[in-house]
Parts: sequence; C-alpha cells; structure tokens
Amino acid sequence: MAATAAQPGLRTNRLPFRWDTPVTYVLALAVAAVSIAPVLYAILGGFRTTGQLAADPAGLPDPWVWDTYGRVLKQGTFWQSVVNSTIIALATTLGVVTLGVCAAFVLARYKFRGREGLYAFFTLGLLFPAAAGILPLYLLLRDLHLTNTHLGVIIPQIAFQLPITIVILRPFLAAFPDELEDAAFIDGASRLGFFWRILLPLSRPALVTVGVLAFVASWNAFLLPLLVLQSNELHTLPLGVQNFSAQYSQDTAGILAFTSLAMMPAILFFTLAERQIVGGLQGAVKG
Amino acid sequence: MTTTEPGLAGRARARPARPGSADATRAARNRRKWFEIIGLSGPAAVVFTLFVLVPIGFAGYYSLYKWSGYGWPDEFIGLDNYFGPYGAFKDPIFLAGLRNNAFILVGSLLIQGPLAIAIALLLNRRFPGRAAFRMLVFVPYVLAEVTVGIMWQLLLQPDGGVDAFLTRLGLEQFITGWLANLEVVRWTMLFILTWKYTGFALILFLAGLSNIPDELNEAAAIDGASWWQTQRYVTLPLLGPTIRIWIFLSMIGSLQQFDVIWVASAPAVRSLGASNTMATYMVDHGFNQREWGYGNAVALILFVISFVAALIFQRFVLRRDIQGAQTRGVA
Repeated sequence: MAATAAQPGLRTNRLPFRWDTPVTYVLALAVAAVSIAPVLYAILGGFRTTGQLAADPAGLPDPWVWDTYGRVLKQGTFWQSVVNSTIIALATTLGVVTLGVCAAFVLARYKFRGREGLYAFFTLGLLFPAAAGILPLYLLLRDLHLTNTHLGVIIPQIAFQLPITIVILRPFLAAFPDELEDAAFIDGASRLGFFWRILLPLSRPALVTVGVLAFVASWNAFLLPLLVLQSNELHTLPLGVQNFSAQYSQDTAGILAFTSLAMMPAILFFTLAERQIVGGLQGAVKG
Repeated sequence: MTTTEPGLAGRARARPARPGSADATRAARNRRKWFEIIGLSGPAAVVFTLFVLVPIGFAGYYSLYKWSGYGWPDEFIGLDNYFGPYGAFKDPIFLAGLRNNAFILVGSLLIQGPLAIAIALLLNRRFPGRAAFRMLVFVPYVLAEVTVGIMWQLLLQPDGGVDAFLTRLGLEQFITGWLANLEVVRWTMLFILTWKYTGFALILFLAGLSNIPDELNEAAAIDGASWWQTQRYVTLPLLGPTIRIWIFLSMIGSLQQFDVIWVASAPAVRSLGASNTMATYMVDHGFNQREWGYGNAVALILFVISFVAALIFQRFVLRRDIQGAQTRGVA
C-alpha cells in the first residue's frame, strides 16, 4: 500500500482510494452490532408480550404492543425515580464543580508551601475504590442522621468525585499564561477577581467535562444509594430498575420496557455531551 | 515570599514604595493569600477527608470488634475477623470472591485492552460515518451498571434471547446455564463486564489517539511505512501513557466490582462463591447480615489490596507519566 501511494506522487497521499475501506466498514459494523444488539433486543422486547417472548425469544414484535411501555410510563414510581435521580445528579454536579474548581484554582495558581502535599492528598482518593469505605460511611451517615435522605447520597458523591475533578482541572487552570494574570493585576483585579471574571469563563470546556463526568457517575451510581436510601419514594433510577425487576420478576416484557426507558436519559445525555466528554479526556490523558 | 512570587515582587520593586510600608503591605498580602488558599481549598479538603478518608480509618477500627452495628463497639476481638477461625482468610467463600476479583482483573486487562486498541485503531481511520460508529460503540459504557446487569440477566435466562440466537446459528450444543452453572457463571460475568467496559477503554484510547499529530503518521507514510508499520512503531508507542492510565483505572475498577454482579447473579450463586466479589461479599455480610465488624474487616482488606496495588503500579509504571503531568502543570 505504501509503495503504491509513493509512486503516483505525494499529492494523492492525502486521501487516496483505499482498497481496504470496505473491510473497515465490515469490521466497524460488526463492532457496532455487538455493542447495540442487546440494547435493541431489550427495546424491541418491550414492544412484545411476555407470551411472545417465551414463544419465540429471538423474534420481532408481532403484533407490536404499546401497552407495556404505556403501563410503565403511567406508573408513578418511574417518574418519581427519574426526578430523584435528576435532583441528586444535579446537586452532586454543582457541588463537585464548585468545590473542585476552587481547590484546583489554589493548586494551580498559588505558590505556597505544602502545595504538592495538598495535591497528593487529594489524589489519594484515586488509589482505592470508593466501595472500600462504604460500610463505615453508612455508619457515619447514620450518626449524622443523613441516611434515607438525598443529602446522604449527594455529599459523599461530591467527596468521591473530587479527586478526579481536581486532577483534570488543575493542569487546565495552570496552563493559562502568567501574562494573563499579570495583565489582570495591572488592570486592578485582585487574584479572586482574576479567578472569577477571567479564569472561570475561560475554563468553561473543562468545567463542562468534569460536570458531565460527575453527572453520569451520579446518575449511574448504585451501591451508595442502595445502602443509604431505604424509602421507595427516595429511590433513584438504578434502584427503581432493580425494584421493578424484583417485584415483577415474571413480567419479562415489563422489565425490558422499564429497563429500556431507564436507558434513554443516559443515551440521550451522552449523545448531546459526547464531544465534551471525549474532548475533555483528551486534555486529561495527555499528561 | 519575594522569591516565590516573581511577578508581584518584581512589580513591587519596580514601583518605588515608601520604605516603612513595604513590609506591612507584604505581610498583609501574605495574610490575604493564605486566607484565600484556605478559604478556597478548605471546603473540598474537609468534605474529602470526612467522607472518603475518615471512613477508611473507621473501617480499620471497627474491624477489630465483633459488632452488630448498634451502640459503640465494645467486644474487642483483635484480628480475629481477619485471621481467626471464623475470619475472612479462613472463609472459602471470601477467598473465592478474592479469586473472582483477580479473575475479573486479569480477564479485563487481557481481553478489553487488545480489543479496545484494535477498535480504536479501526475507528481512528478516516471514513464517512465514523462519528456515528463511535457513538454506537460507546453505548454500553454509557448505560448504568444496574440496567446492563438486568438486561443481560434477562437475555441470558434459559431459553432467553442469547440461547435463541445461538440456536439459530446452529450452536445449541454450547448452551448452558449461563447464570446457574457454577463453573460457567464467572465467565458470564466477565463477558458482561467486557461488553460494558470495553467502551471505556475505547474512549480513552480514541482521546489519546487524537492527541497524536497527523504529521507523524504522514511522515512515516512518506518514509514508506505501511499502515500496519505506522500503527506498530509510531502510534502505539505514543499511546503508551494512555494505555498505562487505563490499566490503572481498570485495575481499581475490577477490584471494586459490585453493581453488575449484584443484579445479574443470583444471591444463591454468589453465596456459593461462584460469582461473588469482595465487594458483594462485604455488603452481604456487613450490611445485610449485620456483621459490621466482620464486614469492615473485608472492607479494609479490599482497601489494602487496592491501595498497595495502586501504589506499586504508580511507583513503577505510571511514574513517568504522572511526573510529566505534574511538572507541566506547575511550570
């Protein structure tokens, strides 16, 4: 391939006809099929009856049944858990981004004794899984009377997410040239003014990235809400899915419909934010 | 102070200040600086300490007691929760969980890594529709672990979607109790986790690949390197740091594996040690059976294993990468 590209001159090297493009497509199609076939099966399964599913597990809906999805959507529990998940995820995101950017700002733009120590202290959180502390954390929350409250999920989730947030934000904030800061000082801004008026607006892409990561982590979280939230009316979507599948274990079509609906917000959200996530990680993995 | 803040000090010197007030302003500025440092980083440090680090300390403390979780623990039993006749290291089910974690860890690295690199190189080629393909391939990673676990649990039921699919392909002789066969279920779990997390490796690798300037590949092509040679000798070495970071994250993730297994694998199968992990074992015993002292001992074992593995990995593998990041950030 290289030899053929070299012969007709360098100009064609840019976008030559690739004999292997069809191969690329076939492979890409295969990978995509494996990735989404189970999801499609679940979504289509929601349009069938449990009887249809039992008679021909691999078949298509025949006839299409809309009732199952309708039944789930009319259930208060589904919407209740969507609302709960949204509240918890938004509060977690807001908390992580606020606390994280303030700490990252200090670590990136102040020079002081113990700075690297403070940074290393935060990165300790990356060295072990959050699950390791979950039992004593539950006991701590119980003593603080935070079990069975949304706050009991939100605050620990902020804490879990801080290390990765700071690790991503710090190099981003440090990369702004000192001249920018000097210029702000000459114009009479204090360091906090520089942070608030100049650095924060300029850091929007990085803030969105860490925000999206925090939001998705919270939206999908299971272990902490499982331990902390006892009442059904406080349950988040992952707990709702689990409850539904335990409660209606014979209703395969219903579980597939509920599961599919539970997937939709995440898929939608990711479709909208994909560029941000991948873009933000580019900065993070560069180091 | 003057040495550490060249910008400000330089300006202070350039501007002829009255001799007496220079020290006072510097002291005031210093005070203000520390005020800002503590005010801005304090809240994060407090929340992080209280809800991430303190619980680990308590896990160590509680693990020395036999305790049902009510009142203050008072029945001190030393290290019996670890090494006693009924301690974790004497329980074959816990040891099975430990082995399952190791199985997931090694299996994830060996399968997801090469798979994700291959897919990343494939999707890094320029072809129409590439963005759509990328989006589809990320889908499993985006879904919540619980949804994935329940979806696969239904698909893998006897006579479920997977069995029907295999029958259509004429492979029915391979059908087994995917979730019930005690020899098979850990492979089933590894399969689900691979399906779910290959997308995560892929996101990282694609991000890493897009940081590699096209000029390098073009230069290699001009020098007569084939596509394969370019990937092997230019792209992959440059992807090294990203791969190492992924190994690190995947390792920690494998050790704390809980969600998928909790919902996809029946409690009875877990309790026989066929599919449990340290984390599911910990919640089963500590939270559900109210053996808080014992559960905390398991938590501490999980912590120590992860922490030691992470430190070793950082010390010997990640050091270069992380140092690079730090010095770049500071300078």
